[in-house]
Amino acid sequence: MTVCHRDFASALLDSRKPVPAGLTFRSEKANKRFAVYRNNVAVSLTDALQSLFPVVRKLVGDEFFKAMAGVYLRRHPPASPLLAEFGIHMPAFLGGFEPVARLPYLPDVAKLEILIRESFHSKDSVPISNAYLASLEPAELLRARLGIAPSARLLRSRYPAFGIWHANAAGGSQPKNRPENVLVARREFDPKPWHLPGGAYEFIDSLAKGSCISEAADQAAAMQSEFRLDQALAILLKSGAAIEIKSQFD
Amino acid sequence: MFDELQEPGCVLPKSPGVGFKHVHFNEILNDCGRVAWLEIHAENYMSEGGRNIAQLKKLRQHFPISCHGVGLSIGGTNPLDKTHLRRLKTLVDWLVPASFSEHLAWSSHDGQYYNDLLPVPYTRAALDRVCDHIDEVQEFLGRSLLLENPSTYLVFEESEMSEIEFISQISKRTGCGLLLDVNNVFVSATNHETDPYSYINEFPLALVGEIHLGGHAEDTDDEGATLLIDNHGAEIVEPVWALFEHTIKLSGALPTLIEWDNDVPEWKTLAAEAQRAHTAMEKFAAFA
Amino acid sequence: MNDHIKSIAVASAVAAALAVGTGPAMASGEKEKCFGVSLAGENDCAAGPGTTCAGTSTVDYQGNAWTLVPAGTCESMELPDDRMGSLTELDRDLPST
Repeated sequence: MTVCHRDFASALLDSRKPVPAGLTFRSEKANKRFAVYRNNVAVSLTDALQSLFPVVRKLVGDEFFKAMAGVYLRRHPPASPLLAEFGIHMPAFLGGFEPVARLPYLPDVAKLEILIRESFHSKDSVPISNAYLASLEPAELLRARLGIAPSARLLRSRYPAFGIWHANAAGGSQPKNRPENVLVARREFDPKPWHLPGGAYEFIDSLAKGSCISEAADQAAAMQSEFRLDQALAILLKSGAAIEIKSQFD
Repeated sequence: MFDELQEPGCVLPKSPGVGFKHVHFNEILNDCGRVAWLEIHAENYMSEGGRNIAQLKKLRQHFPISCHGVGLSIGGTNPLDKTHLRRLKTLVDWLVPASFSEHLAWSSHDGQYYNDLLPVPYTRAALDRVCDHIDEVQEFLGRSLLLENPSTYLVFEESEMSEIEFISQISKRTGCGLLLDVNNVFVSATNHETDPYSYINEFPLALVGEIHLGGHAEDTDDEGATLLIDNHGAEIVEPVWALFEHTIKLSGALPTLIEWDNDVPEWKTLAAEAQRAHTAMEKFAAFA
Repeated sequence: MNDHIKSIAVASAVAAALAVGTGPAMASGEKEKCFGVSLAGENDCAAGPGTTCAGTSTVDYQGNAWTLVPAGTCESMELPDDRMGSLTELDRDLPST
């Protein structure tokens, strides 16, 4: 009896299926032996999801998360041997998972956790030199183009995604009920989410598309009247998301 | 993408090594004790940047590195994942590890990855397939690999030869070396009620380029028989140390890895296991 | 926004950024302060925790079989929006099964 990998694999994820015929030990009763494999798959992937989504886990509680992870890993098993890429369907999954329907912000929190992880593994870059920026005249600065680091990520949320994350991951205060856009960036190796005030998302997005500071500021202000250039630029520089500058005068 | 690395350590020393864990980074650099080399899991270093890569660059300057793959699915019935193979080549090309090893197991099927080392039947058809896969990997990477014997829990009725015969044939046909996991030998022998010493005595020790030692968990099967599970989550048990001593009496000293992946202990606990492996090699391997 | 206002804003932001030191990149583990990201989703070659029970528990998500409710910090996230308020209040949003 040849054991085919498709039967083996589907029995791994579905414990209602019998142990594939042809796998034995002494007697036909090999259930607990096959269960070693079933258990390894379920437990190791559940552990991976717990480490990948610590804030979602904290929000729903350990017991609930573990059970939900069991559903998730069977519906979306990893497509790649890199566990760092596992869980990318979590936001969509949470959006359609009825038992969390009363927590509509969960998908965005999961998305933020994915962006933090992406940032962690992304290409390194050197943040722009503050000394260099300080050496430029205001007119030159306005016409400067800032690069955006490959480790920077933007999230737009209808919910207080940053506040909820911050309250749970970093002991922050109770989130305010408002939409919050988020920048994830790292200066060295530890990604950090930053709450983006009004228009900052549009400003960074515009810079990333090649606008100079002046143009990006105008675009952001046109879209969000409360946009403040000094705030947005300060976050960009502090977070390490801004990299090399290209002045028109170079 | 990556900085040029210094001249690599081109072979693993016949001394103890440990599986690198991030929490031990500073301690390893401060006082590595008897630890003469490090093993990393290839799949954790396939990103474009970040701390993992930065730490590896630093460690690489001080230690020979063994690159141990866990995701190639060499025993799979599907063709090898070319994307993954390319990622592996990128890593191996810049790291230039002292050794590259993988498992006699499968972990992917039809585009899904199961994150476990699943068993292979010892049939002629499976032998052909595994040999083809190893040929492909070795050719693609431009280097030979060490293949590790598995921990197993079940028997395939279809098997046509012993595990040792299967592994020996693979090495003969592909030219690959072998990684002898002594804990896996003990786990499998206990689970199948066979003699682990006979296994070691029959194993082609001349082909072994590395030994693994690790901890396991104990459970029982449906009929109450002992069922050992390879979990790398505890200290190495006395019977495994004894089997290791028996092995190196026959083989001489070999690069010997302490594996501890779950419930990672403090550095001093891991260093003590490495010290014990070192002492055993001094005592038992001298006249091999 | 006129160029004068923008110039002032840019200069003040750069001045603020200058006040924040930026050290050299370190690979050090002790700088690992942020949320354990580096430990997230690591591959290893070990089996699970060495028990055979978790993988066989049928995780049944077929409507009524699911009895768990989220019971973590979500209960204390006081977000006074209809959809984000207390759990009891929101039961009316759930489709009846």
